[in-house]
Amino acid sequence: MILNELAKPELWAATLAMATPIALPALGGTFSERSGVVNIAMEGIMLIGAFFAVLFSYLTHNPWLGLVGAVMMGGLISLLFAWFTINIGADQIIVGMGINIFAAGLTAFLLNTIFGYGGTPRETLALPNITLPLVKDIPYLGPIIGQQNSVVYLMLVLVIASHYFLFHTNLGLRVRAVGENPQAADTAGINVRKIRYLGVILGGMLSSLGGVYLSLGLLNSFEVNMSSGRGYIALAAMIFGKWTPFGSLGAALLFGFAMALSMVLQGTGISANIIQMLPYALTILALTGLVGRSTAPAADGIPYRPDGQ
Amino acid sequence: MHKAVQGIITPLIAVGIAVLIGALGMIATGHDPLQAYGALFVGAFGTKVNFANTLANAVPLILSGLGVAITFKAGLFNIGAEGQYWMGSMAAVWIGYSLPGLPPVLHVGLAFLVGMLVAGLWAGIIPGLAKALVGAHEVITTMMMSYIAIYLSHYMLEGGPMMAPGYTPQSPMILPSAQLGMLVERTQLSWGIVVALVAACVVYWIIYKTTLGFRLRTVGLNPRAAKYAGINVSFNMVLALFLSGALAGLAGAVQMLGVQHRLYDSFSSGYGYTAIVVALLANNNPFGVILAAIFFAALSTGGQAMQIASGVPAHLTEMISGIIIFLVAAKEFGAIFQRKRTVKRNLTESKGGLKV
Amino acid sequence: MHICLEVKEITKEFPGVLANDHVNMEVSEGEIHAILGENGAGKSTLMKIIYGLYKPDFGTIRLYGKELQFTSPRQAIETGIGMVHQHFMLIPELTVAENIVLGGELGKVHYRRKENEALVRELSAQYHLEIDPSMKVKDLTVGLQQRVEILKVFYRKARLLILDEPTAMLTPQEAEELFLVMDKLRSQGVPILFISHKLDEVKKISDRITVMRAGKAVSTLETKATTPQELANLMVGHEVILQVSKPPQKAGEPILEVKNCVVSSGRIDKVKGCSFEIQRGEIFGLAGIDGNGQAELVNALTGITRIKSGQIFFNGKEITTASVRQRINAGIAYIPQDRQVDGLVMDFKLTENFMLRDFAQKPYARAGQLQKQVIEQHSNRLAEDYDVRPRQTQTLARNLSGGNQQKVILAREVSRDPELLIAAQPTRGLDVGAIQFIHNKLLDLRTEGKAILLVSLELDEIMALSDRIGVIHEGKLMDILPGGEVTKEELGLLMTGVGLEKEG
Repeated sequence: MILNELAKPELWAATLAMATPIALPALGGTFSERSGVVNIAMEGIMLIGAFFAVLFSYLTHNPWLGLVGAVMMGGLISLLFAWFTINIGADQIIVGMGINIFAAGLTAFLLNTIFGYGGTPRETLALPNITLPLVKDIPYLGPIIGQQNSVVYLMLVLVIASHYFLFHTNLGLRVRAVGENPQAADTAGINVRKIRYLGVILGGMLSSLGGVYLSLGLLNSFEVNMSSGRGYIALAAMIFGKWTPFGSLGAALLFGFAMALSMVLQGTGISANIIQMLPYALTILALTGLVGRSTAPAADGIPYRPDGQ
Repeated sequence: MHKAVQGIITPLIAVGIAVLIGALGMIATGHDPLQAYGALFVGAFGTKVNFANTLANAVPLILSGLGVAITFKAGLFNIGAEGQYWMGSMAAVWIGYSLPGLPPVLHVGLAFLVGMLVAGLWAGIIPGLAKALVGAHEVITTMMMSYIAIYLSHYMLEGGPMMAPGYTPQSPMILPSAQLGMLVERTQLSWGIVVALVAACVVYWIIYKTTLGFRLRTVGLNPRAAKYAGINVSFNMVLALFLSGALAGLAGAVQMLGVQHRLYDSFSSGYGYTAIVVALLANNNPFGVILAAIFFAALSTGGQAMQIASGVPAHLTEMISGIIIFLVAAKEFGAIFQRKRTVKRNLTESKGGLKV
Repeated sequence: MHICLEVKEITKEFPGVLANDHVNMEVSEGEIHAILGENGAGKSTLMKIIYGLYKPDFGTIRLYGKELQFTSPRQAIETGIGMVHQHFMLIPELTVAENIVLGGELGKVHYRRKENEALVRELSAQYHLEIDPSMKVKDLTVGLQQRVEILKVFYRKARLLILDEPTAMLTPQEAEELFLVMDKLRSQGVPILFISHKLDEVKKISDRITVMRAGKAVSTLETKATTPQELANLMVGHEVILQVSKPPQKAGEPILEVKNCVVSSGRIDKVKGCSFEIQRGEIFGLAGIDGNGQAELVNALTGITRIKSGQIFFNGKEITTASVRQRINAGIAYIPQDRQVDGLVMDFKLTENFMLRDFAQKPYARAGQLQKQVIEQHSNRLAEDYDVRPRQTQTLARNLSGGNQQKVILAREVSRDPELLIAAQPTRGLDVGAIQFIHNKLLDLRTEGKAILLVSLELDEIMALSDRIGVIHEGKLMDILPGGEVTKEELGLLMTGVGLEKEG
């Protein structure tokens, strides 16, 4: 019975779709934490992205402008996060939590203020699905990766681009250096604050895109708290993926698979809820070193103040 | 005296600024802030019923807020009060409906005790030991454990062993012998408020008047000096997480026995995260926790009234909470930074980043 | 010879401390110039000024005639100053090449791994510092990591190499290799400024030595023309004359016995088989230049760290594996060297700091409850007896001066009526009045028949107070001498390792 389900391409297509809104914020978290700023604010930033995508898409009648606007808003709220954590040196976890609560309130408040209590307008344009002409005809693989929402493909491109950026560019090297040892980076002539701003803001934009996928990719509407914990699963995926883009994608796929599987298995006697616990349990195991130990960037979470100031 | 005044003024300023920003938001969206806040105040405190419901709402916030405060005092950050609340609720409800024939006092006491124990172990064993043994950061582990707890409750209620007969995912009603009496009729205010107030006094007593609290505070302020004083730092960290979980569990138990009388399926109680805000605003003072909890409870009960009376969406109160956190976090840094200058090395060791 | 670095009248004052007092010195091309001095002599302040981390209050520094502006390390690097810090500024997760080129990578966007590695290979050949550029730094030995640091400096085209306590983290073999490298660099004409408190290595490798003491550059000497004894005297100085009256007293039976104690820190043995005993009614002074294993030995005695081998007996019972708490309860009191970090909780009130050891003991606690009244009475009495100012026991420890903080610790430890008091640099950084007070208290304890282990870097203090003096050098106890008879010169020689043959 399970084997039967596993053989169906629909399950794997759903896995990819479910992994997308986890992989994007996980990627965002990776950028932030690689530069040394602990980021638990992905949940809230996703909500910002999800809401403003709908708002801008509705106002401009163009979902792509919705996407761009939402990503900008994600960058903007991250700027706030960056200012509090990098300039003021406020506790990164507390500010992250503040962002999550504030964003949940703000988006719900704006939803009710702008659109009233009936939800976002039905005529909002969503981001289109894309069919890859040749790929869709490949047997078995075709239905899995041949036709997905545009954001799914964007996500795959961004994972590769992020990997290239972090591990094959000079700037990426500097980002990693700052996250590991800001003092060493500083003495090497690198502007630690600038790099951290870059990490946090890029991270926020990516997280925001995860929210865009929820509201404009899967649907064409915004609902209160529609990220429903995905930002925290993304945090788990980032850790489980050892703070790397491909690792984050791999973990997101694993977690997405758990979600897809739990849907398929509904009514079969195997509890979907037990399967959904797995991502969190695996993350704890990874943290304690029982499943391939995950180690954060060495200076992750430590505000940097140059010596003698 | 001077210090006590200062301890109250700073949070008041944070609240004041946040409320002011909220007012600006209302003006920007074409509302009258005075009318809206007035409606909020009346909705929270205006009548006996409203006041009682606000207090009832504050009960789980006081209890779980106390738990979070204990971990902050010990230099730890328990972000998983939400999950511990669920564990306590599940355990208490199960005791509540499955043990007929117990005398009321015993039944309630047992439900409290088991709820506290289960939630305490939930926080103490895995996050506590992982912190003490391999240094896994408690923020991440308590958060992950929190989600596991919530899915466990879904499992229990959605066709699982705790589901009541029928199609609704909810537990059976707890027996009358396990229900807390009501203090004010036709409200949600039960004797639970007394439990919460007593708990605040007990936590105050533990932190400031006992050797246990002395150890926890020493570990929290300077783990190296604690070690030199012969205090077992790891053990006290585990203990702090256990106590914290037990209080969040008690919050769940009191809510079940006093208000809900059964466990409903939902994704969040909303208390676990607010508990952190409560502790932060109270600067971890147990009596401050009472005031901060009432404040946030008032925002939530009054928020609904505000929405109905003035059209300002109730979610505005969440924005206000978020802003309060930013302000408190920025202020928090001032204190940490002062300490850092003299105990620099110590701090990098104890507060060091996510050593996961 | 060409002058490379010129330091003129550099002065830097921190609140209460004159860290650099009109320091003058110069480094010539092709020489290894050592700055020798004990910890706290002002060496690292001077280095931080040269490196742009601190701004001096007064004075100038020129590098090849160009005046430095003291704005930031970045600028110092650009001017050609290369510093290898005692604690490496390396990123373990990155490769050797990545560490070296960081901040000055080839090309614009793409990181050119192969070309960067080739460049590093070339550099390492040029300076005879062999290393594999593609290895991760975390997989290198400490000696090789230091090599990466040196290469980093040369990659940035340094014209002056500063080595800050470069042997502190090295094994003896690695230190030997470093000296070979330094020798080679000298022959290539690279000027090296070498900061150290280890007399023997300075003597071995340098051409000239500037000795610093109490913020002043006391003297600059040709290495060949000086003796270890002269250097030791310069380092320690003769200025402080201590007024102590110490009546003769016969020591009692041994209270602490240490047998073949070995303590390691990381991978290095810091204490290499020490044996001694301390008797009731005596002050046993432990003399030595800083960093020769004193701290590790003290940590082993108090139970903070476990010893690698050997045995410790206290009052006739073995305590080798006893916990800190067990040792406290057995009657060992301890004044830690770092009083603000290890001795006090700065955000605790004085009453709480007074209670840091005995908070769970009767009469201060009953049934797990702190007895507020007893504690306050006790605290007030201690504050009175030890003249802690201000007298308010409700103030936070952080609001006290250093001397008064130390009085709080002393009061706490002595009032416990211990059998043995371990005092690690109890007067460091204190004013004369506080020093006097603490010395008298130690002598009172001795009169009461208690045993005291006094660890100090101040020879005058050790000599004035101790009944017997043990001298530690590189983790070995060189000799134990009677306090009244030994001269400063004899101690100085032992401290630098001369006389090792005698001990075997």
